[in-house]
Amino acid sequence: MFKILQKTIRTGIVTTGYPKRRAHNSDHFRGRPSFDFEKWQDARPAADECPTGAISCRDTDDSRKVTVDYGLCVFCGLCAEASPKAVNITKEFELATADRGSLVFTADYVLNPDGTHRSLSAVANGRTNADADVESVGAKAREKIQKLLGRSLSIREVDAGSCNGCELEIVALNNPIYDIERFGIHFVASPRHADMLLVTGPVTRNMELALLKTYRAMPEPKLVVAVGACGISGGIFGENYASLGGVDQVVPVDVYIPGCPPRPQALLQGILLAVGRLREKRYDEHPRR
Amino acid sequence: MNLATLFQTIQTKFGKQVESMHAEHRDEAYILLSDPNIRPITEYLRGELQARLVSVFAEDRRSEEGVFFNYYVFEQKGDAGYLIVKAPVPAADPRFPSLSAVLPAVNWQEREIQDWFGLTAVGHPNPRRVALHDNWPNVHPLRKDFPLDTVLPPFEGERHIYRPALGEGVLQVPVGPVHAGIIEPGHFSFAVAGEPILYLQLRMFYTHKGTEKLFEKLPIHKAVFLAESISGDSSFSHGTAFCQAIERVAEIQVPLDALVMRTVLLELERICNHVADIGAIATDVGFVVANAHASRLKEMLLTANEQLAGNRLLRGMVCIGGVRRAWNAWQVETLRYTIETFVREFQDLIALIHSSESTRDRLEHTGILKPGIARDLGIVGVAGRASGIDLDVRRDHPYAAYSGFAFKVPLYQAGDVWHRLLVRVDEVQESISMIRNAANHSLNGEFRVPVPPIPANRCALSAVEGWRGEIIHWIRTGSNNHLERCKIKDPSLNNWPALVEAVQGNIIADFPVINKSFNLSYSGTDR
Repeated sequence: MFKILQKTIRTGIVTTGYPKRRAHNSDHFRGRPSFDFEKWQDARPAADECPTGAISCRDTDDSRKVTVDYGLCVFCGLCAEASPKAVNITKEFELATADRGSLVFTADYVLNPDGTHRSLSAVANGRTNADADVESVGAKAREKIQKLLGRSLSIREVDAGSCNGCELEIVALNNPIYDIERFGIHFVASPRHADMLLVTGPVTRNMELALLKTYRAMPEPKLVVAVGACGISGGIFGENYASLGGVDQVVPVDVYIPGCPPRPQALLQGILLAVGRLREKRYDEHPRR
Repeated sequence: MNLATLFQTIQTKFGKQVESMHAEHRDEAYILLSDPNIRPITEYLRGELQARLVSVFAEDRRSEEGVFFNYYVFEQKGDAGYLIVKAPVPAADPRFPSLSAVLPAVNWQEREIQDWFGLTAVGHPNPRRVALHDNWPNVHPLRKDFPLDTVLPPFEGERHIYRPALGEGVLQVPVGPVHAGIIEPGHFSFAVAGEPILYLQLRMFYTHKGTEKLFEKLPIHKAVFLAESISGDSSFSHGTAFCQAIERVAEIQVPLDALVMRTVLLELERICNHVADIGAIATDVGFVVANAHASRLKEMLLTANEQLAGNRLLRGMVCIGGVRRAWNAWQVETLRYTIETFVREFQDLIALIHSSESTRDRLEHTGILKPGIARDLGIVGVAGRASGIDLDVRRDHPYAAYSGFAFKVPLYQAGDVWHRLLVRVDEVQESISMIRNAANHSLNGEFRVPVPPIPANRCALSAVEGWRGEIIHWIRTGSNNHLERCKIKDPSLNNWPALVEAVQGNIIADFPVINKSFNLSYSGTDR
């Protein structure tokens, strides 16, 4: 007993200050790839390398539509290796959003005869039109939860078919470093006790029913958060005979947390965003025309 | 016995049945049979040669060769290495003799062949579906004429009929697939008489997501990322196993520095998971302080992982031909510093656990897996080494830079939770000394070589000792930078049945700690 106390005292407090203080990521951490659509002379090499199809090209005669979907991105950094001038790997990880569309960027290019880009004609973000819309997604549930629970929250986690990578990071939220309990948030054993379903994917055919039953077993109001590339879109597994793809194929999703897997701070940001305790971070360097 | 003598002996004994024999790569030889009758040669290899049957899987070669093939991978510590017996199964009469009655280790694997390929294991003691649940329509997804994107009708009917538990005071306790903790999905059906567990029935494959089929569709360089997603906690081991297989086929010489870096990262992955398991085992018997320290240590390693590989799970680092990025002096210094801090803290953690009599009391004689049963079930890895199974791919068939490092392989006979914990403690110590050695190696040379075009229609087997145990990847390449077949065998597939044996007679309240002491991958099993 004395030894245990001694060790505890010697160790001191190890809990991170995030989100009040900025997260310390290592120099080599690969976060959101940022695209300079103006400078991008050819999207094909990056699209060829991208393992999940997060970057894709659709060519018609003399124009090309390039789609970048952070909901599919596994943050491998291959696009930056393929197009070093146009793609830059940043350390940004707070990508959680209530709007699936806001993770998708499209750029239209006029092409040269050899298939490279001649000029950029338009960049668009798939964000649902008005900001008010974004806010209203899950807003009612959020309001109710705040009113009822004083912003405390119970989460039920469901692995609907993941590789276990996301679970490792979700478990880390309970460790003394991230200590999610300091926000009054805890993981519960039963959906009957839960306000939020934290779901990892892809949703497999074999887990579809279990996910639905878990969702239905939750009392109203309920929130659903989809975790990781696979939870958002099916990720590298996509849709096939055994995989249905993203969580929103089966249950309505309030917040999406990109990552492969999302680091614990990213999970925290997403969860706090879902209950209205943080605002969405927006990376608006992309010119909106 | 060297390979030439072995081939000769097999020729004399089974001449009529053997079509051809050849060594494909180092530690990898093939014996082609003329019919599916595997029993006599299995008996010989297991008996006289003391070989171990590692894996059984099938391949659809109907359009090229008019038949299916069953592959039986044997492992032998001598010159033969991995010996792969290839037996044709005629498309017109798709049946093969089952080995499960004598070799329980292949029970699930033979049933997988039934489910995936529609070949019948004749004489199987329990030929029910394993990989596809009972509600699946009659499809065989790994046959070539089954498209990956087939849309199947939604769930209907019964998943699985469990054996009923009958008798006065006997209860059946269903658990899962959604568990109370944050773990992967699977269904456990306990039959209990009061507190003690009479028997446990497992239903896995809830996370089956078509991985092996998907490997046949992805270009090889993208498939590396799929390999990293087979089992999240073994991302680097599975990634390495896959890259090694491609490197064998394309005869790529990976530079020494890259091999050393791979070794360091493989060992980091091992320590990360072992220390987390040590903490989790402590939690499951109520010693949460130990887990708080263990998870703090794991976090320290994950931070180092991120510094070394850009990702906390070491994803996106291994690539065909080496590793994707070199390390600068600062990164190597971070590695050294982390390991030195870790060593001190880890010793404190182990001292804490040893000082807690009640923890030890709960763990000793709990969840015993006897060596004889472990041998019959083909148990590998940590669970095997705690039950007298002396296997370690790193020592027996060295890959990466392991032949350049000295390390001991821990071995215990008791097979209880306490000894599975001790195996982990010992292995962490060995891994630390390996990483220390490697960090003194100057790691600033060549880290990656260019990848030539991958030759078509070549096979290779690759084995890696992941932190759980022996990971096997077997591939056949196709044309245009694609694979024809990729067989994944995670150690969990062998080890799940061990859990069934280990829990018998234990109280149901001890199930979580027994389960944790194996800590098997659901996703690696289900693929």
